[in-house]
Amino acid sequence: MNNQTAEVLRMMTIFIPLLFVVGFFCVVVTRNLVRTLIGIEVLSKAVTLLLVVAGYTTGRTALAQACVITLIMIEAVVVAVAAGIIVNVVRHTDSLDRRNLEELRG
Amino acid sequence: MIVDLLILTALLIFVLGAAMKRDTVKAAIALALASIMLSVLMFRLASPLAAVFELSVCAGLITVVFMSTISLTKPLTVLEEERLHLRGRHFAVLPILVLAAAGLLVMVGIPTDLALPQAASAQDVRSVLWNERQLDLLGETLVILAGFFGILVLFKDKPTGVGRTGAAWLKAERFRKEKSDETTKVESNQPDPAIRV
Repeated sequence: MNNQTAEVLRMMTIFIPLLFVVGFFCVVVTRNLVRTLIGIEVLSKAVTLLLVVAGYTTGRTALAQACVITLIMIEAVVVAVAAGIIVNVVRHTDSLDRRNLEELRG
Repeated sequence: MIVDLLILTALLIFVLGAAMKRDTVKAAIALALASIMLSVLMFRLASPLAAVFELSVCAGLITVVFMSTISLTKPLTVLEEERLHLRGRHFAVLPILVLAAAGLLVMVGIPTDLALPQAASAQDVRSVLWNERQLDLLGETLVILAGFFGILVLFKDKPTGVGRTGAAWLKAERFRKEKSDETTKVESNQPDPAIRV
């Protein structure tokens, strides 16, 4: 590993866990369903960056990019379906609060 | 190196903005800006195809999906918005938590002297995707199909309430039922004109 790669890796080992911290905090603390989805997106970004850095560090950028493309495609579908679920939840419960889903009433 | 550090700092700031912003529209815009920063970072880390996907899908398509969702699910009353953001004060600790985590990581550090595998010969992303990751492509296709059918089912029109949202439709139905009940009651109280006393 050359010096530049080592420096990049050292920087990323600080920033990527911070992205995970923000994502987890957002998902756990908020009661707003849209904000929960934003938290999941942040976690996704952290994983994407981790994959790219792993590819850059090991010299296997092609494999890393293939994995990232797969991840992004699936993430887009997950967000679209989750958005549909949120819209339906609002139609049924008239609220974005996740506590309304705790009793599992049909 | 300095440029990478600046981009990473901007990414972190936008991600914090997406998590902490009270208005969900501004939060979605901050998330889109974070995607753009991530895309620039990917270009600098020799992953241009992934950067293009990140820019077009995450910064573009997913932001549009978020905006549509927010417009369809806007909190119905000011009180609802206030209640949902009651936990907003808990988000005030997030920057402090991030700074504490950063300090801990700088002091303790994650070991980076890894035993790396031998670097592979330069490969094209397309050949890796089509030749080595065929199962991934099949899985992606199946997920996209599942997502398509999922959205069709979720947005299926109700048989009677076409074009109305749940709450407004229920209110209109209830009002209509009450009106028809009143009309039936008034009609049943009227004497039958055919009967002569």
